[in-house]
Amino acid sequence: MSMRGESHVYAPAGGGRLIETVGAWMLALLWILPLAYAVWTAFHAPEFSTRFAPLAPLTLNNFERAFDAAPFARYFLNTVILVTLVLGCQLVLCTLAAYAFARSDFLGSGVAFALVLAQLMIMPDVLIVENYRTMSFIGILDSIPAIALPYVASAFGIFLLRQTFKSVPRELDEAARVEGAGPLQVLLKVYVPLAKPVYLAYGLVSVSYHWNNFLWPLIVTNSVESRPLTVGLQVFSSGDQGIDWSIICAATLMTSAPLLVAFLLFQRQFVQSFMRAGIR
Amino acid sequence: MTRTRAAIHGWLLLLPAMALLALFTHWPALATFIDSFYSTPRPIRPAHFVGLANYATLADDPIFWQALTNNLWFALGTIPVSIALALLMALWVNDRIAGRTLIRMAYFTPTVLPMIAIANIWLFFYTPQYGLLAQVLGAFGIASHNWLGSQDTALICVMIVAIWKEAGFFMIFYLAALQQIPPSLAEASALEGASRFYYFRRIQFPLLMPTTLFVLINAVINAFRTVDHIIVMTHGGPDNATSLLLFRIYELGFNFWDTSLASALTVVLLVGLALVAFAQWAFLEPRIHYR
Repeated sequence: MSMRGESHVYAPAGGGRLIETVGAWMLALLWILPLAYAVWTAFHAPEFSTRFAPLAPLTLNNFERAFDAAPFARYFLNTVILVTLVLGCQLVLCTLAAYAFARSDFLGSGVAFALVLAQLMIMPDVLIVENYRTMSFIGILDSIPAIALPYVASAFGIFLLRQTFKSVPRELDEAARVEGAGPLQVLLKVYVPLAKPVYLAYGLVSVSYHWNNFLWPLIVTNSVESRPLTVGLQVFSSGDQGIDWSIICAATLMTSAPLLVAFLLFQRQFVQSFMRAGIR
Repeated sequence: MTRTRAAIHGWLLLLPAMALLALFTHWPALATFIDSFYSTPRPIRPAHFVGLANYATLADDPIFWQALTNNLWFALGTIPVSIALALLMALWVNDRIAGRTLIRMAYFTPTVLPMIAIANIWLFFYTPQYGLLAQVLGAFGIASHNWLGSQDTALICVMIVAIWKEAGFFMIFYLAALQQIPPSLAEASALEGASRFYYFRRIQFPLLMPTTLFVLINAVINAFRTVDHIIVMTHGGPDNATSLLLFRIYELGFNFWDTSLASALTVVLLVGLALVAFAQWAFLEPRIHYR
C-alpha cells in the first residue's frame, strides 16, 4: 500500500519493478532521441552533425545563418497573426453557437447541431480542392485570412463548449435573469467565467494545431508575406540549403521552439488540456 | 410567441458559425460531389457533365489503387502499434516508477512538435551513408541502405514516424482513464488472488474500452488525413510506394490541376471515412461497457 492513499497492490516489486523502470526509460530515451539530436546539431558546427564528440564547442552560428538565408522573422510574425486570428474568431463564434445549443431546444436546433457535427467527419483538411476554388473566387488567395477561414467555425470547439455550458447549474442562469440580465449578459457574466479551464484547454489545443498545420497553408499561400513557419521551413529545407543539416536543425528548432518552451513551462496544463479536450 | 422568440434568439447566436460552416464545410462537400461528375474546366473547354467517367478513370488508375493499398497498410500498421504503445506507456507512467514525470514528458513531446519539423529530423536519420541509422548499423557492420529510396522500406519508414508522433498523444487519454479506475477494484481483485496480468485483462482493459474506441476513431481519421511527413520525406515516392490517398488528392489537384479527378477521389475518401465511422459505431459501441 502506498503512503498517498492510492492503491498500489499491483505496483511491481523487486525484479519486475527493475525491468519495468528500465523499459520505460529506454522507450523515453528513444522517444526524445530525435529532438535531442536536433538540439545537438543546431548548437554545434556542421562537422559535428554526423559525429558525436561530447566536448565539441557550442555555437549559435547555425541560427544566424538560417536567419540570413530565409525570412524567418516574417514567417514567425505570420504564424503568430494566424494562430491569434484563428483562436480569437473561434472563441467568439463557438461561444455564441455553444450557448445557443446548450440552453434551449428551439425550432431546427437538432438539425443545426447535426450540421455542425458533420464537420467532425468532413474535415477542412480533406476539402482542399473546393476550398481553394472558394478562396480564389473571393479573391483572397495567398493571404493569412485564407489560411484561417475554413477552421474558424470549429465543430470541436462548439461541441466542447456546449458540454461545458450544459453543466452550469440552471439556478445561476435564472438568478441572473431575475436580476434583469439579458441573454448576452448572462452568457458573459455566468457561463464564460465558469468555463475558463475549458477555454484554456481549447486554446492550447487550437494554437498547437494551427502552429503546426501544414498542408492547407502550403496550398493556399505563395509568398513570404503570408507563409506561416511550417511552410517557410519546408520551402527553406527543400531549397539550396537542402544538404546542410545544421542549418535545417536550427530552423526546425526555431519553428518548434515557442510551443516546446510553452510545453516545458506549462507541462501539467498542456497534458490536462489535451486530456480535457479529448474526453467529451 | 416565446417559442418564436427562442428560435430567433437561437438562430441569431448560431448565424456566424453556421454561415462559415456552410461556406467552408457544407458547400465544398456538396460541390466536391457535384464536380466529381463533371470534367475539369480548361481554357478551351469549360466543364461539362461526364457522368461516372472520373470514377472510371480512378478505377483504371493503378496509382489510385496503390495509394489506397498503401493507405490501408499505413492504417493497419500504425493504428494497432501506436495504440498498444500508448497503453503500455500509460500503464508505466501510472505506476510510481522513478522519474515518471520526465518519462511522461519524453513520451508526450512529439505531440507538440510540428509534423513537418519532425519529418525533417527523421529524414536525416534515414539518410544513407552518413545518416544516424546508417552510422549505428554501420558500427555493427551492416551495409548502408537507402531506407526512403527503396520501395520495400519507404512505407515502413514513414509509418515509424507516424507511430512515434502519435503514441504519446494517445497515452494521455489512457492515463486519464486509468486514474479514474477506483483503487478498491485493484484491492478486491488482489484479495481474490488475481495476478496482475489477470487484473489488467479482466478489469483494467474492459474499463478502458470507451477510451480505446475514442482513440481508435481518432487514429483512423489521422491515418487518412496526415500527409505532412509524406510531402517532406518522400513526396509519395519512390515510384508511388508511399503515396497516400490525401497525398494523391493533393498531387492530382495541385500538381496536375486535374480538379475533377481530385474531387472524385475526395468523395471516395469521405465515403470511406464515413463507412469506417459507421462500422465502429455499429460493431464496437454495443460491446462497450460504459461506467
